[in-house]
Amino acid sequence: MAFFSKAPARWLRYVAGSYGMAVLGGGIVLIMSLAALCAPWLAPYQPDALHLDAILQPPCPDFLLGTDVLGRDVFSRMLYGGRVSLWVGFVAVGISVSIGLTLGLVAGYFGGWVDECIMRGVDVMLCFPSFFLVLAVIAFLEPSLLNIMVVIGLTSWMGVARLVRAETMSLKQRDFIAAARLSGSRTSKILFMHILPNALAPVLVSATLGIAGAILLESSLSFLGLGVQPPDASWGNMLMDGKNVLEIAPWLSLYPGLAILITVLGYNLLGESLRDIFDPRLKEQR
Amino acid sequence: MQRPTLFSVQLGALAMRCGKKILWMLLVLWGITLISFWVIHLAPGSPTDMEITLNPLASEGARQQLEALYGLDQPLYVQYWEWLSRLAHLDFGNSLSADSRPVLEKILERLPLTVGMNVISLILTLLLAVPLGILSAWKQNSLFDRAVTVLVFLGFAMPSFWLALLLMMYCGIDHAWLPISGLTSMDYAQLSVWGKVRDVSAHLLLPIIVYTVGSLAGMSRFMRSCMLEVLRQDFILTARAKGLPARTVIFGHALRNALLPLITLLGLSVPGLIGGSVIVESIFALPGLGQLFYGAVMARDYTMIMGNLVLAAVLTLAGNILADVCYGLADPRIRGSQKEA
Repeated sequence: MAFFSKAPARWLRYVAGSYGMAVLGGGIVLIMSLAALCAPWLAPYQPDALHLDAILQPPCPDFLLGTDVLGRDVFSRMLYGGRVSLWVGFVAVGISVSIGLTLGLVAGYFGGWVDECIMRGVDVMLCFPSFFLVLAVIAFLEPSLLNIMVVIGLTSWMGVARLVRAETMSLKQRDFIAAARLSGSRTSKILFMHILPNALAPVLVSATLGIAGAILLESSLSFLGLGVQPPDASWGNMLMDGKNVLEIAPWLSLYPGLAILITVLGYNLLGESLRDIFDPRLKEQR
Repeated sequence: MQRPTLFSVQLGALAMRCGKKILWMLLVLWGITLISFWVIHLAPGSPTDMEITLNPLASEGARQQLEALYGLDQPLYVQYWEWLSRLAHLDFGNSLSADSRPVLEKILERLPLTVGMNVISLILTLLLAVPLGILSAWKQNSLFDRAVTVLVFLGFAMPSFWLALLLMMYCGIDHAWLPISGLTSMDYAQLSVWGKVRDVSAHLLLPIIVYTVGSLAGMSRFMRSCMLEVLRQDFILTARAKGLPARTVIFGHALRNALLPLITLLGLSVPGLIGGSVIVESIFALPGLGQLFYGAVMARDYTMIMGNLVLAAVLTLAGNILADVCYGLADPRIRGSQKEA
């Protein structure tokens, strides 16, 4: 307690200096997630309720961020659109991290031709014109939230696989792994109980940044009309609607984009600061 | 006179490496075509949907005729084999859309616009990112560095289509400085040569800004971290310790080393640029490759989609190889290590 009472200002400066980015990023992520989760209670209107007497209203006390072409409340739709972003971010990254973790562990631990095969596969996937393929596959499979999440997940696991492989290769040389092997642990136990927990820190960083990427990708797809389908709201398809009336209703194109910017910024800040916290040596370099 | 022979040995090693690399790349290309072909053909929907299902007068017989015409009634592996053997002669087949022109012809007429815009914006990006990165690294943690870092984070988080919308709103609608869609104005045909050039440039300015901002953040951040990495090394300390002016240390000693990794990054940025063109071109209604692909996807034009995917993959792989070769040529240490290997 003495520490706090003596120099609160200095303590505050210390926290802001070392964790400022983390607090800011985490705060943004927390607020955005809460807003999305509590959308049914926070939204003043139903997201698809039409107010045909109030079409294309600019922001006003009744409609905080205005209304769109069909008189739907932009603020309510943005809250529900936040759920889409949150959902896509977590599920897509969940899929890509699971694939990347498993392949990376196997490649790094077993080495040899297994490693060779997996890493060549990673090379092929990295050369894939992935946005083209994602676009084609989603257009063919009927655009839907589920398809987007799966396709984004399936085309973005390579970074995690490389990270985990490198970590595993260095971890398996350590004494505690040798000890586990000598004491007769099964390989699967060594992989998932001993190596995995020690390789998680960089994965967490990469996953946080991956959520940001997935949110951006989903909004681009929705903007092209290949993502979340109307009448469901997502930030991307709200912008698509707004584009057609850019000249008379600019607020429709303004706020959903701002929401994407802030959310992605939040996840990026959080990811970068986690990296610094987990590996302070790197901080000097960046 | 040992130097020329040593150099030619190194060049030979480099050529050997390139040969191996190209073989591997061909294999990768084949893998990419295999996966994409099956994914695309097995997905629900067919190119005949547009012409048959949407037309109440067309019978089931007409669909079968059309499928036979396109070769879609064959088993998938036959279709793939035929497509692949045609590809070996650089024949991408005919588009399955109504005009049924050769895919290659349609792609080639769209290519210059997309590639041109990307090259211009890449040059702009480099011209801006390299000085920004150098300055931020040299003045690490200064006010300038912090300001650039904030901008970089904003740039990373900025959806390109939103930036495009904002620019259209500000420059196109509020101030009416620039046209916001298409490649040419209505009165294009009547303009003089100089007027035509001005007209097209005015139409391309906003898209190029969007492209440039999109890659600027990543590039300048990367440049900064490469520069920091180099600046911490002993030979920089030596150079500074013997009293060389900052300019000589930065441009004479540090920059050449810091630029090397940038070559690799440029090679790797190709897929992103190709993907980005779909969005930018669809917003600004530019008749480029991205729009062609988007249209093909929507019409399930198999041959056109495959043609675009192959082209994108070839460009990506070419970027990788080029980066590799340039890296080898630019960095004597790598040339040396290849000889030993």
